[in-house]
Parts: sequence; structure tokens; C-alpha cells
Amino acid sequence: MLWVTFLMALREIRRNKMRSILTSLGIVIGVGAVIALVSVGQGATAKVTSDVSKLGSNMLTLIPGVMRRGPPGGGGSSPPFELADVVAIRRDVTTVENVAPSAGSQALCVVGNTNYTTMITGTTNEYFGARGLKLASGRKFSDGELAGGSPACVIGPTVATKLFGGGDPLGQTMRVGKLTCQIVGLVESKGQSTMGSDQDDFVLMPLRVFQRRIAGNFYVNQITMSVIAGHSTDKAKSQLTSLLRERRRVDYGKEDNFSIMDMSEFSASMSSVTGALTALLAAIAGVSLLVGGIGIMNIMLVSVTERTREIGIRLAIGARGFEVLLQFLVEAVVLSTFGGLLGMAFGLLGSYAATRALGFPFVVSPVIMVVAFAFSAAVGVAFGFFPARKAARLNPIDALRHE
Amino acid sequence: MTGPALIEFRDVFKIYGAGDTEVRALDGVSFRIEQGEFVAVMGPSGSGKSTCMNMLGCLDRPTNGMYLFRGVNVRQLDLDQLALLRRHYLGFVFQGFNLLARTSALENVELPLVYRRVPAAERRARARRALADVGLAGRERHTPAELSGGQQQRVAIARAIATEPSLLLADEPTGNLDSSRKKEIMELLVELNQRRGITIVMVTHDPEMAEFGTRSIEFWDGRIALDRRHEKTGGAAAPVEEPSSPPSLGPSSQAASSRRWRRSTQDGEAGS
Repeated sequence: MLWVTFLMALREIRRNKMRSILTSLGIVIGVGAVIALVSVGQGATAKVTSDVSKLGSNMLTLIPGVMRRGPPGGGGSSPPFELADVVAIRRDVTTVENVAPSAGSQALCVVGNTNYTTMITGTTNEYFGARGLKLASGRKFSDGELAGGSPACVIGPTVATKLFGGGDPLGQTMRVGKLTCQIVGLVESKGQSTMGSDQDDFVLMPLRVFQRRIAGNFYVNQITMSVIAGHSTDKAKSQLTSLLRERRRVDYGKEDNFSIMDMSEFSASMSSVTGALTALLAAIAGVSLLVGGIGIMNIMLVSVTERTREIGIRLAIGARGFEVLLQFLVEAVVLSTFGGLLGMAFGLLGSYAATRALGFPFVVSPVIMVVAFAFSAAVGVAFGFFPARKAARLNPIDALRHE
Repeated sequence: MTGPALIEFRDVFKIYGAGDTEVRALDGVSFRIEQGEFVAVMGPSGSGKSTCMNMLGCLDRPTNGMYLFRGVNVRQLDLDQLALLRRHYLGFVFQGFNLLARTSALENVELPLVYRRVPAAERRARARRALADVGLAGRERHTPAELSGGQQQRVAIARAIATEPSLLLADEPTGNLDSSRKKEIMELLVELNQRRGITIVMVTHDPEMAEFGTRSIEFWDGRIALDRRHEKTGGAAAPVEEPSSPPSLGPSSQAASSRRWRRSTQDGEAGS
């Protein structure tokens, strides 16, 4: 019976091609929009996640002072770190590696008659590991340079472009503030960060040289390190906290006078933001799916009125009410699932084009495909039922007389 | 007479409204129609003949009294059982043709067979045969819009006889046709009645058309005013002693469908 009804419904759909296409259009657009927006949203999430992991998702950064919401400036009273702190961390905190002290300031770099102001960071070779920096050419600092020998620096690609154009910066000398130093290494490009800042715009030099020749003090403003794979970030943080509270003599019950910044937390919050955006977009698209469903109901209701005579004939010829109901229901479900399939195709095409244009990875979520398809079929049943029941309840005598 | 008649009305009332606005469309009507008769139902508008036809067609149930179809009291059947009764025993020819638009003649004729669950190949063959019987061989692919009024009516008749019904109900089958077409259709009906033994009940306004039948029933104000057998034509009417197996009906399919129907009506009665 179901099969015969199905064929009959298909025949009716084919008989009214234009009406059928218009009916499905709402579902096509609804399902297409849901799939496209969710796919693009998931692409954006994947992009953000991979960007953050490029920053080093297992990276911890220690800075003096308390991170507070609102304008900065409260940190003045907190003392900076010392090299002895770094030594203590290396010795006592077993869950971290690549512990790199650093200090930095803005300075003017001059090569020939070109100059460029950038961030100068004094640090050690561990910094490369903690930040996930890779050398494009040249080398890291030698022991002699780290100990305060002849000034050397490693530069980011942006600085190289600004000061040397297309030329090779290796071996060239550059004036940083009042210090002349030799460029020994060039770092691989990382591109823009998710937040839009240039991650390639920096100059690195040995910490000792920076402290003596540029900063004029022995402060360590920041300690960067990475959590050893397999260890939990939380454990590393609690070890660091207890060590530093002791070393910096923070009394029991008092607030820490330093902060630990955790990239994994950052990445989680970024993902949750994009996830929320995706959900919002999907909800909006869901509304259009709902509207599509109402469109189906509309057309089916009109079609019941328009086909009253046909229904009367079928009933008089011996169709039971149930069979008429089934026929209209099957018509609605076929239209909506057909629309759903078409919408899936359009949605995938659209999201592929959009992710290509935006430079996001193209992510297909099978879950959302199944959900959208099932939903479109459910729309057919839900919104087809009312008109179908109306058709089935017609009185054959009145239906036959209907003009 | 032995055994139940094909149709028996016993004091049937159909009353619309109540109290002062009460309308008695049928006011105590009793008659019998035997297998093989060709009955013309006449009467002015509002006399109750349409109500009577709806009742005969099992599209409506009497307010009071008994309608026995092959001895089964139709009033006790539920809507689904009425639909099954229509499906297996009745054929309709409507005044306005009532064919499905944009649907080929063949598909129109197949429709009642679809509801009878006849397998596709057999369905097609029977529909073709029915179309050939009404003289429309070669027009199977035409849609109603591509056929003349007379041809459309013949498609409608083919649809009604494709199921080999016990009773063919025709509501002014010649209503919208010119006189030569009218005669054509009437001759077709007479032939079906005489050759196949199909019982026909036909509503008409036209006394000339009524003459083609074997019997006339005239309604007046909800009652039967006249019930007259025509002398000249023999028809297949007169004494048909075995009403359940008319000679030309396919015995196996008829028996199978009647068994199925009986079973469902018995189920219904047991349930109620």
C-alpha cells in the first residue's frame, strides 16, 4: 500500500512540477543555509584552534603583577623576576621545559638609511622552543653571545622585509638603539595571529646584552615556558604558583603578585566564542527552515482546496480516508526530503566556496548533515499532517460538488 | 423472491436539520432493485433523487430505516467499511465526468483498480480492455482536456466498469452532452446492462433517456410517486435467480473481493 501511495504521490508531484519546485524551495534554502552556516562556523572554529596552537597551546607565560580586568597599570608595585627565579623554576618545576626569561622594549632599528621601530626582546635560546619559533636560515645564539660577547640578533620576517627589502639580512649589521649588532638568524613566518597582530614583527637578542646595553637594568619582565607533553597545565601552574609565592615572599592569604597566562585557556575561550557564533548562525538558519516548513504546509493546504474534487473522486471510487491522508502526507514528505537533499548539495557547495574565499578549512560535519536531513523529513511530516488530515476528513458528497 | 435483492430500501428516511427547519429529503422510501435491472430515477430538483443516489452509492447513510445491500445493513457500517464496499461493488459515473485533470485516460481508468490492489500489469490490461469496451482504444494516452465531452464521459464509464462492479450508479450521465452523444452513451449503458448483466441505476431529467432503461422510479417530495416497469425492452432484468454471480463477471476476482469485504464488515460488527 505504502509503495502504491508513494508512486501516486510521485505522479502528483511530477504532474505539478512548478508547484512542487516552489514548495520545496523553502526547504532547499532552509537546509542549505543551516549546512552552509554551520560548516563555515566550524571552519572558523578549526581555524582559530589551529592559529592558537601555532602560538603554542602548551605555553605558559609568567608576568609580574596581577592581571585585572579594566585598564592596566596596577602592576607597578609588583617586583620583576630575577634570573635566579628562572634557575629555580628549571630546578624545581618538573612539568615544564624551555624556561626562557625575557625582557623587552620598543627600539629604533637602523640599517643604512632605512629605519624601523619594533619590539626588541632580550632572551635565551629556550625562547625558540617555548614560542614554537623555527629558524628559516642562520642560527640561534652561541654560548659566547649569550654570555655577553659580541652583540648578535635574530630577526622576524617583517623586520627583514622592512629593513632589507628582498635582500639577505644574514651577516649584515643593524643598529638597535645605540647598539650595533650582527644578524645571525632569520625566523620562519607565522603570519597574522587570530587577533590580527603581526607575529613576525620582532627582534631577538641575548638577554644579557639587552639588559646591559639597551634596558640598563637586570629585570626579567617575563618568563616563558612550555608544559612537557603529557603533563597537565594545571599541575604546572600550581607548582609554579607555590614556588613563586615562596620566592617572592607572598604572605599566606595574600593575592599573588604575579600572573600565569595559559594559552590553552585562551584557545578554549576563543573556541567557545566561535562556537557560540556558529550556534547563533545555525539558529537563524533554523528559523528559515521553519519558514520553509510553513511554506510546505501553506502549499499543501492550498492544494487540498484546489484538489477537493479529486479527493472526492478518490473517496467515491473507494479510497479510505486513511489512504487519502497517506497520499498527501507522502507528497509532503517527498517534497521536503527532496528539498532537504537539494539543500544539502547547495549548502555544501556554498560553504566550500565561502571557506575557500575566507581561507578557513572546509569542515563537513556528518552530524549536521544527518540532523538537517532528518529535520527536513520531520518538517514534511509535521507540516504535511494537518493538510492531509483535512483532505482525509472531507465528505465525499461535498467534495464532489466542489467547484 | 428468494434470497436478498441486490438493493432493498425499507422505509428509509433522510432528515436534514431539526424542528421547524427540518427537511425530509427522503420520507419513508421503500423499494427493491434486483440484479440485472436498469433503473431510471427521475423527479424534479429537490425531490430526493440525489439523496437517494448518495445513499445507494454508500456515500451517505439513512437517518432512519434500512438500506440493505446484498442483505447487509449499510447503516451499521463505519466509514472505512463504506469505502471498501464502494471499492469492491460500486461504479460511479458522474454528471460532470469528474476525471482527474492532467492525467491520461488510462491512468484515470486504472485508479479504482489501484485502490483494489490489482497488480500493475493486470491493472493496465484491464484498463485497456475497459477503454476498448467503450470504444476509446487508441486514446489511452490522452488527457481529459484532449478529449471531447462524449469521450470524457466514456472514459468515466470505462473507469466505472473496469472493476466489474455489481452496481453502476450514473448521475445524469448525458447531462452535458448533445443529443447524438446522448444516444451513444445510452446505447453503451444498455449494452453493458444486457451483455454484462451490470445493474444500473441512472438519474436523469430526460424522459427519453429513461426509456432506455427497464424500469422508472419517479420521486416527488421525498417519496416515490411512480414505479413502473417498461414493457418493450426485455433487458437482463426479469428473473435473475442467482444474484451473486452474474454471467459475465470474472467469478474468481468477484468472489475474492466479496470475501475480503465480508470479512472486514464482520470484523467491524464484532468490534462495535
